Amino acid sequence: MSPKKILNAKQISTILHRLSFQLIEDHNNFSDTVIIAIQPRGVYLAERIMELLIKDCNEMKLGLLDVTFYRDDFRRSEKVLKANKTKINFSIENKTVILIDDVLFTGRSIRAAMDALQAFGRPRAVQLLNLIDRRFSRELPIQPDYCGTQVDSRLNQRVKVCWKEKDNEDAVYLFKNS
Amino acid sequence: MSDLSVNHLLGIKYLNIKDLKLIFQTTDHFKEVINRKIKKVPSLRDVTIANLFFENSTRTKISFELAQKRLSADVVNFSSSSSSVKKGETLIDTVNNILSMKVDMVVIRHPSPGASVFLSKNINSCIINAGDGTHEHPTQALLDAYSLIERLGQLKNKKILIVGDILHSRVALSNIFTYQKLGAEVMVCGPKSLIPKYIQLLDVKVETDLFKALKWCDAVNMLRIQNERMSESYFPSIREYVQQFGLNKNILDSLNKEIIIMHPGPINRGVEITSEVADSSQAIILDQVENGVAIRMAVMYLLASKLY
Repeated sequence: MSPKKILNAKQISTILHRLSFQLIEDHNNFSDTVIIAIQPRGVYLAERIMELLIKDCNEMKLGLLDVTFYRDDFRRSEKVLKANKTKINFSIENKTVILIDDVLFTGRSIRAAMDALQAFGRPRAVQLLNLIDRRFSRELPIQPDYCGTQVDSRLNQRVKVCWKEKDNEDAVYLFKNS
Repeated sequence: MSDLSVNHLLGIKYLNIKDLKLIFQTTDHFKEVINRKIKKVPSLRDVTIANLFFENSTRTKISFELAQKRLSADVVNFSSSSSSVKKGETLIDTVNNILSMKVDMVVIRHPSPGASVFLSKNINSCIINAGDGTHEHPTQALLDAYSLIERLGQLKNKKILIVGDILHSRVALSNIFTYQKLGAEVMVCGPKSLIPKYIQLLDVKVETDLFKALKWCDAVNMLRIQNERMSESYFPSIREYVQQFGLNKNILDSLNKEIIIMHPGPINRGVEITSEVADSSQAIILDQVENGVAIRMAVMYLLASKLY
């Protein structure tokens, strides 16, 4: 079965603009807010949103967080979990942290991310922004604060977010894994 | 390239180039972790590791233990001086007894060459060799190579010299394997009596003139004289050894080029290397120690992911 396109470039652009406006509404000039992108695929989304925000606020801080060493499926999956780069060169102490990832699925990456954040300070609050929320697949009580769109999918399906920078187009696809 | 090709770390001999690259990449990430304010990650929280040291060690033991603690593993320590080995228990019995207490991984240092290979064949557990006699010391070689890559970018076609007691050194053998797998040329230098007879078979250059050898190399690894492994005299006197093979500022200045200086420790200041040289900016001895923890975290992380 060929993959089904859920969002096209225009729809993604509209969503990104809406999410940016929501962030500006809630966080004013971002003096007490930092953005942390979850490696690897949250980074593209975070960079896009940063681009839109930077017009209104010039002191934006973006960090990259890799959660591999905090995951709870280590030694339970067949493959070694391979790490990516973590780069947070500012303190998150008393800041509001906005975690950004492309797809919210079981919620386990986000749980690991909240664990990992503790190594960088005690944030005042942590919020979550996702482009896609696979709302019926959650295994933990975790919900996004800012959500692009909700997708109803089954466990054996896969959602892939494509970005121009990496995959030559902006689109979101739903695949069915046999 | 997502998995190590081995289930134990017994020696560099058994690793391939992909394994080395995977270990170094993982080390990059752990080096970032140990430079955070909070240096601990929970990856190995359900893994128990036994450190069996049948031979004295400071650096390696502390380094392994720190690496284990920063991965949140549970650790038990054993040293032969305070154990039942003194009462006549065999190695296999000792280790099997420890394993029946549900230990997942064993880090072993032993004075007999091949002790870790022997254990891996007779015991059902993941074994990490932390030095077996004069045979191999893989984690030391990995951290040496990693520290050199940090300075040189890569080791392909680089010239690396190992000076000193090659005959009794496990570091030398592991170093030779690692550097060669990474594409570097290796030369050994020392008194003829301390160079193994058939070392040329490993495709290693041999030189007995320290100045000529230093002229040739991009980096030098200075080894200690392993007095504890010598039952007879291999050279006339320490004084004569220092004059011929000791690294000092004069000989370095006369090279007209800057080479990188490494030492696996413990340093005998004034013997194989003078204090002035050991503390100079050319020496990366303390980088090696820092990288040691990250390398060992990477090795244990990668091996632990193969325990089901």
